[in-house]
Amino acid sequence: MDFIGAYAPSHLTFLLEGFWVTLQVAFLSIVLSFAIAIIVGTLRYGQIPVISQLLAVVVELIRNLPLLLIIFFTYFALPEIGIKMDKFNAAILALVIFESAMLSEIVRSGLKSVEKGQIEAARSSGLNYVQTLWHVVLPQALRRMVPPIVSQFISLLKDTSLAVVIALPELMNHAQIINGRNVNFVIPTFLLVAVMYFIVNYALSVVSKRLENRHA
Amino acid sequence: MIDMSILFDHWDLFLQGFGNTLKASLLALVGSFVLGTIIAIFRIAPMRPLNWLGTAYVEFIRNIPLLLIVFLFFLGLPAVGVRLEPFVAGTLGLTVYTAAFIAETIRAGIQAVPIGQTEAARSSGLTYIETMRYIILPQAIKVVIPPMGNQFINLVKNSSVLGVIAGLDLMYFGDLISADTFVTFDVYIIVGIFYLILTLPLSLLVGYLERYLAKGR
Repeated sequence: MDFIGAYAPSHLTFLLEGFWVTLQVAFLSIVLSFAIAIIVGTLRYGQIPVISQLLAVVVELIRNLPLLLIIFFTYFALPEIGIKMDKFNAAILALVIFESAMLSEIVRSGLKSVEKGQIEAARSSGLNYVQTLWHVVLPQALRRMVPPIVSQFISLLKDTSLAVVIALPELMNHAQIINGRNVNFVIPTFLLVAVMYFIVNYALSVVSKRLENRHA
Repeated sequence: MIDMSILFDHWDLFLQGFGNTLKASLLALVGSFVLGTIIAIFRIAPMRPLNWLGTAYVEFIRNIPLLLIVFLFFLGLPAVGVRLEPFVAGTLGLTVYTAAFIAETIRAGIQAVPIGQTEAARSSGLTYIETMRYIILPQAIKVVIPPMGNQFINLVKNSSVLGVIAGLDLMYFGDLISADTFVTFDVYIIVGIFYLILTLPLSLLVGYLERYLAKGR
């Protein structure tokens, strides 16, 4: 094992560059996924005939597939039917497909957790269905959704490492490039990479726990 | 639509991959259940150093990617002279990773049993171990079953990382067949269907159990 060689300044900056891509991809994905999840979750909560059932099937199918398969699919299979994109977009598309299914379940159970009395009270004070949803149910539900969404973001940050299979230049990919130079770099590099993931994810999990306690 | 001839032409490879995915998932499930139970006991045992050890394991492993753990087993160990088969390295990685989540599930189940139960058992003269064995664990197991089902679903999906290290699983053979035939779209759809054969029934069962146990309470 060669810790000194593995932790050369050029390697450290190279890893940080990779981590920056990881963070960017994760952040973009979670924002896009959340926007889609709000729509999907609300439609499912609203129990609109046909649409709700259809979405339920789609969400259930996506949730039960490995993310890795979805990444392969967006990058290697979609071009076959004429949809071509670069690594960055393919990775984000795959993550968004997977995460919006996951997040829509969080949105739906958040909406469901709002007491029935709230809806009845809102409706009896003359608000219509959409107003009730927008002004009464969603604001309360959103606050309860924050801790599970932070947890999901932690999963997402970890899952971006899977994009190494399409050579997206994120943290894991950069670690592998360094490892390719010398076999003695492998363990030191992976340990450092583990610490990098750990610091960010642990900080997020502490935030999530705080929020949970505050709302409990 | 999907060209199914690719499935029939490579039936043996798909089946071998499917079998290995199932094998890796089951082995890792048993392994991580044993390891996870030990860690859960560490976390709640009335001994500070054990608590720290258990907490350190859970927090560290939960916050790093599974792929990194699998790479450490597959690429890291050879650097110190230990060479593992890809399938073994992958399954070990899955076990170490999943154990952290299972430990948390079990701990939450144990702590869901009201403290009065422990107090009553201890005052009637049972030791700590006996209290665990006869009073707490039988009650905790009911709370733990649905989330354990979810962990198994995750395990089946996560086992696809074996494909990255040539672990002879479904994902690996899917890649192999698509690289061989240049048919990617259909092959990945078929691979997806194979995964769903494992995960969908489990997911329905977990949903049913959750509703059933919620009614009982």
